[in-house]
Amino acid sequence: MIEGAKWKKWLWFYLPMGMFILGLLFPFYWMLVTTLKPDGELYRPWNHPLYSPFWTSAPTLDHVKSLLMETLFNTWMWNTMVIALAATFISLFCGVIAGYALARLRFRWAGLLGTAIFVTYLVPQTLLFIPLADIIRDYRIGDTPWALILTYPTFLIPFCTWLMMGYFKTIPKELEECARIDGATRWQAMVYIILPIAMPGILSAGIFAFTLSWNEFIYALVFLSSPEQKTVPVGVTSELIRGDVFYWGSLMAGALLGSIPVAFIYSFFVEHYVAGMTGSVKG
Amino acid sequence: MLEREGALAFWLLVPTLALLTLFIAYPFVRGVWLSLTNSVVGVPGDFVGLKNFVKLWNDSIFRTAALNTFVYTGVTTVFKLALGLWLALLLNRHFRGKAWVRAFILLPFIIPTVLSTLAWKWMFDPTFSVFNWLFWKLSIINSRVNWLGDPDLAMASIMAVNVWRGVPFYAISLLAGLQTINQDLHEAAAIDGARPWQRFRHVTWPLLLPVTMVVVLFSVIQTFADFQLVYVLTGGGPANATHLFATYAYQIGIGTGLLSEGAAISLAMFPALLLVVVFQLWYIRKVENR
Repeated sequence: MIEGAKWKKWLWFYLPMGMFILGLLFPFYWMLVTTLKPDGELYRPWNHPLYSPFWTSAPTLDHVKSLLMETLFNTWMWNTMVIALAATFISLFCGVIAGYALARLRFRWAGLLGTAIFVTYLVPQTLLFIPLADIIRDYRIGDTPWALILTYPTFLIPFCTWLMMGYFKTIPKELEECARIDGATRWQAMVYIILPIAMPGILSAGIFAFTLSWNEFIYALVFLSSPEQKTVPVGVTSELIRGDVFYWGSLMAGALLGSIPVAFIYSFFVEHYVAGMTGSVKG
Repeated sequence: MLEREGALAFWLLVPTLALLTLFIAYPFVRGVWLSLTNSVVGVPGDFVGLKNFVKLWNDSIFRTAALNTFVYTGVTTVFKLALGLWLALLLNRHFRGKAWVRAFILLPFIIPTVLSTLAWKWMFDPTFSVFNWLFWKLSIINSRVNWLGDPDLAMASIMAVNVWRGVPFYAISLLAGLQTINQDLHEAAAIDGARPWQRFRHVTWPLLLPVTMVVVLFSVIQTFADFQLVYVLTGGGPANATHLFATYAYQIGIGTGLLSEGAAISLAMFPALLLVVVFQLWYIRKVENR
């Protein structure tokens, strides 16, 4: 192909790409700058002559300190971590075995059950949160981590199952049959032959499930009420805004630090995350 | 043999089916029942038939919320698809630092929505808004713009944040679709004299359509049932003008404690969601059977 003039490439490629990157990442820069600005600079109106949006001359860690010392932020982080890990573990366990059954075993209703599980994947949390709140109260698990550990799998399992089904289908049946001929039971063949091969799929599903749990909001908002039980997204929004007063410095510090675990895991497993995400929509 | 496979399948599926029955099927049935009673928090209530739905029909805030939800879903989906496709096409080229760009671009999608939305709320703050400063410096405005204070402007601002969050998802999913398209097809079309636009229109687009459809339908469901953005940015205000189904259900069901009415508002989403799901299942089947 013949390359066009250089300015054409700038106009049609670098310029739009630069705009996309700037637009998509600016809010995160804004979080960082806000976190580091002292209050005196932070609360200057936009038409103040000294308003300096993109830089601060006196960076400070005061907001981070007050977030960590004066709020329950550490507790929220811990809660979220425990809940996200537990929900991810349950979902992976259920999803892997269910995915195996649906992809590999021949039985009546297989197609119907597969479709049913796919449909639950499409049920949004906001459809059921009110009756669920009632049920959580009946089971007496309201305001405990169990309310979330048991409900998060409802939107994680379907997606894990679906993703694992896809993975299992790509593994040749012959591998399993060989093991069976050598005397392995079906269970042994599954645990020792199929699961190790499916590890990348399990990792993708796990990472995606963990980030979804970390991000979940409405169930955590409705099912938990005491400040020391809350997760990061709910704690930051409800406890750092008192009436009409927004503690913007600490809020942005909370948003930044609260995002770190997800960003950290994501940075290590970008490829797995993308595989999980695209796999989940391709079905 | 078949018998034993059936038994094994049963045990492997039990945990999944138990959790989904307990926390999806049962709540759904219970939600339908709840919406037909006059239950409030702590009081089971009595059967009242369709009274809650009749009440909603005559409720002007509910009508606004319904209209908002459809407009919100429609407008943001168009923008997310257009911008997402554009970004996917840009990312599908070869350039230095591509892996980095792709990794960073997904950040709006992976960072907890509520937390990034708080940053947007701060950027929209009437007194300290960076947008006001920017547009003022560019001489586009000369007095302050109250981004979240005016009903129409607030809705537009919420949509902008939704598009911001959704574009990376569209772009990366569509990019995955683009990468499965055989380059030979493009070269063959180019040799036959097809212009870039023609190549996109007649080669890329038809092959990308199945992935696009699934991504769009999936995103439509999520957007239609959205809660977090409105909850954080406006809380449904000013004067209940920016509610969506979900936020209004929350305000009535949890905020005011009118469980039955809240459940009815949530369930009002169901017919539209069902339609999308049925269409999606039909479409997937059609593509698979081709």
